[in-house]
Amino acid sequence: MSVTLLIEQLLNGVQLGTMLFLMASGLTLIFGVMGLINLAHGSFYMVGAYATAAVTASTGSFLIGLGAGIAAAALAGALVELIVIRRLYHRPHLDQVLATFALILIFSEGTRFIFGSSPLRLSPPSWLTGFVTLPGDTRYPIYRLVLIGVGIAISIGLYLLISRTRLGMRIRAGESDREMIGALGVNISKLYTLVFALGAGLAGLAGALVGALQSVQVGMGEPVLILAFVVIVIGGIGSIKGALFGALLVGIVDTLGRVYLPIFFRAFMPPSEATGVGAALAAMLIYILMAVILAFKPKGLFAAHD
Amino acid sequence: MINNTSSGVAKISLTPNADSHFSRKGIVQITLLGLLLLLPVTAYFLGHIYYVNLASRITIIAMAAVGLNLAIGYGGMVSFGHAAYFGLGGYVAGISAYHAFDFTPFMTWPFSVPGSDNLLVVWLAAAILCGLLALAIGAISLRTTGVYFIMITLAFAQMIYYFANSWPTYGGEDGLPIYLRNGLPFVDTTNALSYFLICFAGLVLAMAITSRLMKSRFGAALTMARLNDVRLATAGISPYPIRLIAFVISAVITGLAGALYADLNGFVSPTMLSWHFSGELMVIVILGGVGRLYGPLAGAILFVMMETLLGGITQYWQLFLGLVLLGVVLFAKHGVMGWLAGRELNE
Amino acid sequence: MKNMTRLGLGLLLSSSVAIAHADDVKIGMITTLSGGGSHLGVDVRDGFMLAMEQSGQDDIEVLIQDDANRPDLARSLANEFMQRDQVDILTGLIWSNLAMAVVPAVVRQGTFYLSPNAGPSDLAGRMCHENYFNVAYQNDNLHGAMGAYMREEGYEKPIILAPNYPAGTDALAGFKHLYEGDVVDELYTQMGQTDYAAEIAQIRASDADSLFFFLPGGMGISFMKQWESSGVDIPIFGAAFSFDEILIKAVGSAAIGARNTSLWAYDLDNETNHRFVETFREAYGRTPTLYAAQGFDTANLILSALEVAHPDDQDAFREALRAADFDSVRGEFRFGPNHHPIQDIYVREVVEGDDGQPTNRLLGIAIEDIQDIYYEQCQM
Repeated sequence: MSVTLLIEQLLNGVQLGTMLFLMASGLTLIFGVMGLINLAHGSFYMVGAYATAAVTASTGSFLIGLGAGIAAAALAGALVELIVIRRLYHRPHLDQVLATFALILIFSEGTRFIFGSSPLRLSPPSWLTGFVTLPGDTRYPIYRLVLIGVGIAISIGLYLLISRTRLGMRIRAGESDREMIGALGVNISKLYTLVFALGAGLAGLAGALVGALQSVQVGMGEPVLILAFVVIVIGGIGSIKGALFGALLVGIVDTLGRVYLPIFFRAFMPPSEATGVGAALAAMLIYILMAVILAFKPKGLFAAHD
Repeated sequence: MINNTSSGVAKISLTPNADSHFSRKGIVQITLLGLLLLLPVTAYFLGHIYYVNLASRITIIAMAAVGLNLAIGYGGMVSFGHAAYFGLGGYVAGISAYHAFDFTPFMTWPFSVPGSDNLLVVWLAAAILCGLLALAIGAISLRTTGVYFIMITLAFAQMIYYFANSWPTYGGEDGLPIYLRNGLPFVDTTNALSYFLICFAGLVLAMAITSRLMKSRFGAALTMARLNDVRLATAGISPYPIRLIAFVISAVITGLAGALYADLNGFVSPTMLSWHFSGELMVIVILGGVGRLYGPLAGAILFVMMETLLGGITQYWQLFLGLVLLGVVLFAKHGVMGWLAGRELNE
Repeated sequence: MKNMTRLGLGLLLSSSVAIAHADDVKIGMITTLSGGGSHLGVDVRDGFMLAMEQSGQDDIEVLIQDDANRPDLARSLANEFMQRDQVDILTGLIWSNLAMAVVPAVVRQGTFYLSPNAGPSDLAGRMCHENYFNVAYQNDNLHGAMGAYMREEGYEKPIILAPNYPAGTDALAGFKHLYEGDVVDELYTQMGQTDYAAEIAQIRASDADSLFFFLPGGMGISFMKQWESSGVDIPIFGAAFSFDEILIKAVGSAAIGARNTSLWAYDLDNETNHRFVETFREAYGRTPTLYAAQGFDTANLILSALEVAHPDDQDAFREALRAADFDSVRGEFRFGPNHHPIQDIYVREVVEGDDGQPTNRLLGIAIEDIQDIYYEQCQM
């Protein structure tokens, strides 16, 4: 395998990782600040993609669509927090699991009720199609490079938000001691709604951006939800830094595993069997990675707190 | 705060009179179990085989949830991967029947293991294998707590799911049919009522074991491990092996339910191993009432009945299922059993 | 003629309600109406019901339930239909794994099952059954036909791609069986995979002159969108499962130029098909997919057999089904000895339609009278 292919696959891994980070950062924020296990996070991803597809189709502008997607997901997040989640903070975690599981069903079937059973059309805007030629004569899609760029920009933005702003200060305070910041006079319910909407908006952004490369259909948020959980657990729950590192690790390991495991097994097995075994192992790879990491570091790589 | 995950689960009643049959709780419990037994028997003699099979399905799902409840409710170990044991139990039944049907050995090295269509053999094998799997998974997973435990159990289940999905020998994603339901000596297991009664016996046994276990010294230690493991440790008992044993027993119960489910459906497939099923099982436990002996039964009855009834009414039935589940969480604290039978005494 | 006798019989018996009821036919349809990929089930149902309405018969009752793409739920629904509702015929399943869970038990208990989609190899071969009829295709049909077509067209170095699950490995095996040459490489993806950058890079790095892939449903949409901007410019080929009218509209311009094999095309030139496409568009406001066509054919096959015999007369009804004496939207239609179709497979190309949306255009026949390779294993 050539070096250029390796570099291209690394880029692919990074791109997958940055999109996972958008999902995972919201999930880990919500858990860090409110201690909530939100299974419905994938639904916001779907809401973002659907709203973007619908608005892009009617306005013809991907950017307007993208804005609408983020707004719709953030709005859905705020509403869910106000109507449902708010009542569950003082309840056991398991009740939250049940409630957010119910929300998955409601969002999925509600979306199908509104938009029908057929997948929706959403393509990258024409000014982002095509490819650039990288050194080593590798062609790489512009849109994927843009995704990497957006991912990096969002990570920096989140870092600044949390370390430099008043809101960030409150988020950090909320992560370390929830009772305390209430006592300090911070309007905690407003903070919670805001954080929830922020997390949902980030998921919506991921859904909208990735939706242009994938099938916009009911249930699209579930596989990515599971991956995002893997990411935040590897990184250490509640830690944005951990989410970033975990996302890149999962993205790169998954991509390289899919390419190189079948090739590896071909060295000592008949080709047809090797591809099957390699592909099967590649599917299990990130879960193996996660189990190994947790076996040695039971609180993830960057545990924010206990 | 992560430790919160394990708190808030209902406590078992330690007062001797709590289970008096004449309390509101006692009446609800006996009614539930009685209805589950009487309705299918009546349906059978009226010639409605379908309702007998539906009751078998409810019973088996309830049994699987009883197993999970032991881990979640009594042990505070929130496993998001119990589909692994349910599916493994199912695959033991499927693979065993497959080899018995083909007259091929399951393995030839280092010693020859033939297939079998005897349910007792199937159950024994399912129990042993699920126990061993849970021992391995539990030994690693119990090093973690809280959400990490939830996710690592999910990770192991996902590994097994993907393995079953892509391993061609036993059908991969297509699954494995069981042509003839595995049998028992002197019992016609293909008869719907006989098979229901077998399942019912399994459920009652699983509940009895849970109940006895939690009243024993072991159960007291497990409760203490959940509530305050430091205190348990100062009493000279290490919480880790206590939890591990409870986890294994929980997995074995769920695995046996899986074996029963495979024979009921005449089919086993990777969907039995999927995270969706783990989630559903968890939902059933929470729906019924976490850490309550009859909670899984109440949850399973409600969940399967809704699935069946709503499906006939509208193609958007899952939307309404979601709304009902949400309503239960918001308005019926402590699950259906909490609502029907009142709160546990020392909750 | 048969209609006349039936009508006469009906008049004779109309005085006795009980007997008239016994003559009624109940059909149970278990199909996927919720979740991802539910447009297949919706189209099968709509095609099926269109034929039922057009027949104007009011002594046939069709019961429909959603299996949510879950084998155990499908199995339970089958029990419900057979044991509670006493249906005479079952149909509707979309996915092979659900068919494997349901069909063997259904036909063994003496109920007829007609498959409007999905034809796993076991049901065509060693597990075939006299009460099982496949009105759609054996799973290998379309892939094999594409293999034959690509060899004919002179492609010498195809690279082939499918998900790593039974239908995927079967698809590639079916392709290679009729392609008969060597392929550059075979790539396996994960079930439900959404990102194909790694695979596309591998395809670019190979020196293949063409790509054949089998990625049904959403997987195909994702793949083609990502393929478009990758800058790899070898022609792509697939089976209709990634190119139905609904999917290619979701894919958009990325699908243009792709060629795919199908057992049916909406612009196929025969009288039945013209009427079907026209009335379907009228009734539902969209162009039918091959799934709708299969549903329509399944219903018409049932109707044709009901004119000869009631399903209670199992042997006569089975003979009538086997005769396949109905007007298929595919033109000619007949069953092989294992009750799977022997049919022509067509090639279509995705082009830009008059409304600027991608649509399929019929190119011609890929292979005539294709028959699955499993019928020899079938003993019934």
